[in-house]
Amino acid sequence: MNGWGAYEVSVRFGARQALDGVSITALPGQVTAVVGADGAGKTTLLRCIAGALAPGAGTVRRPPARRIGYLPPGPGVYEDLSVAENLRFRSASYDIPAPAAQRHIGEYLERTGLAAAQDRLAGQLSGGMLRKLGVVAALLPEPELLVLDEPTTGVDPVSRADLWWLIARAAAGGAAVLMSTSYTDEAARAARVLVLDSGRTLAEGTPAEIVAAIPGTIAVRPERPAAQDERRRSWRRAGAWRVWLPSAGPGHPGTVTPDLQDAVCVAALRRELADADA
Amino acid sequence: MPEPLAECAAVTRVFGRLTVVDQVDLAVGPGEMVGLLGANGAGKTTLIRMLLGLLPVSAGSVRLFGRPPSRASRRRIGYVPQTLGLYDDLTVAENLAFSRAVFSAGSRFSAAPSARNKAVPESLRPYAGVCVRDLPLGVARRAAFAQALEHAPELLLLDEPTSGVDPLARSRLWETIGAAAAAGAGAIVTTHNMEEAEECSRLVVLASGRVVAAGTAAEIVGPARTAVVHAADWAGALRLLEAAQIRAVLAGQTLRVPDRPAADVARALAGLPARVSDEPATLEERFFGLAAAGTPAGQAAG
Repeated sequence: MNGWGAYEVSVRFGARQALDGVSITALPGQVTAVVGADGAGKTTLLRCIAGALAPGAGTVRRPPARRIGYLPPGPGVYEDLSVAENLRFRSASYDIPAPAAQRHIGEYLERTGLAAAQDRLAGQLSGGMLRKLGVVAALLPEPELLVLDEPTTGVDPVSRADLWWLIARAAAGGAAVLMSTSYTDEAARAARVLVLDSGRTLAEGTPAEIVAAIPGTIAVRPERPAAQDERRRSWRRAGAWRVWLPSAGPGHPGTVTPDLQDAVCVAALRRELADADA
Repeated sequence: MPEPLAECAAVTRVFGRLTVVDQVDLAVGPGEMVGLLGANGAGKTTLIRMLLGLLPVSAGSVRLFGRPPSRASRRRIGYVPQTLGLYDDLTVAENLAFSRAVFSAGSRFSAAPSARNKAVPESLRPYAGVCVRDLPLGVARRAAFAQALEHAPELLLLDEPTSGVDPLARSRLWETIGAAAAAGAGAIVTTHNMEEAEECSRLVVLASGRVVAAGTAAEIVGPARTAVVHAADWAGALRLLEAAQIRAVLAGQTLRVPDRPAADVARALAGLPARVSDEPATLEERFFGLAAAGTPAGQAAG
């Protein structure tokens, strides 16, 4: 198999099944996104792939530890070291020769607005700056596999754009980038997406494949449908209502072109309806 | 138009030599859900604090329900902070009973547990006796909404109200906000999440303390366009664009360049097999342009 990733990985914490037979592949030169709510198992899956946690079952394929860049949840850097000290320390710990490290560090800091904050303690940075520093630190070993745990959560759109620049840069350089997010619109930017829900795979594929796999069509209604059957297959979006019509064709009135967010809603609805009818 | 529930007129706040909020006008009427967008440091938190009367204004005026903010006006507000504002060690029923006691002078917290459980909304009933710390996040968010809505507030203040939940759960939370608005409440929602912003009836974008755009999401995006690069060698395209000082954002196997004519982008890619199309900008792309315009170059606050 090409690329890095996990195959039918399961993890149990006490009575809780955190991951249940989840598979994912991260290909070199691509961004692969894991999307799901808090508690869906994203962090557990990424920890398994980064080598921070041994799965209870299944296999993981990853490069040697020193070729992995990993941004864990939380700061991922030392909060009582400065920005520059953190990066020097990280370079030294990977045995990166100083001139090589310095070249990359300078450019990354410049391009992400961190240069002016080089001497500030990491613990004094804003949330967005701290995430940028964490990603820059993870990029230092020029990893073959870059694993980023929610790099953009709670980060404002300006810093998010800087983070996406770093991510694109890593993928353009040939790294396999595996990132998690709770934003569906962000996941839609990845080449491949895994949608996790309560430790299980809800959908997997390219965003287009996931959208194409929706049975039937989705229609927009100005009001919430009154009929019970349609009502339970409807959800609110952008001030209007969307209804999933599993057996309608594309010619149905009010049909919209669905996106990944619609596809994830339908997948969650199908599971909810199946559980309710069981 | 009915009288606004909350109104800021030319509100300014200065800290030392720094003007954090600069002549901001903002009005929220009954039934409106107004999204407040802005990069960190844009002045959102300072504005909200002045609106609540927690921080005096340097200039301009703030009115809540037609009067200057006061303790009495705060009673008519329902607030869901990002951290939810629930006590982790109390059950859902205890949290709701406690906030009910706080908001209705004279009622007592020490009601019998059975009475407390009955007062929990139907959808949360299965979790009435569960400590907040043991709730899944989606349920905890619903409990925080129930707590904020219980005293029938006329104005809701919601800080990233649906962060960390899946899209279907987010849609269900917005049903609750929409129902409160349909019943006549107003809402102010601060968020970084564009999917959440699109649920608001109106948006106000702040940059460096000023209002740089206001209107519906569609009005704010307006005619803004994004050049989209389709190239088999997207990494090569990215390098060429960087060499031309053009910043692109990766989207699948395409590159998106907001606010740049497709012809400029095509010129920078000369020699590389690529197709450049001109497409409508997304709200996030438009926001980025607005935030960057309002921020001194290279000083994005993060």
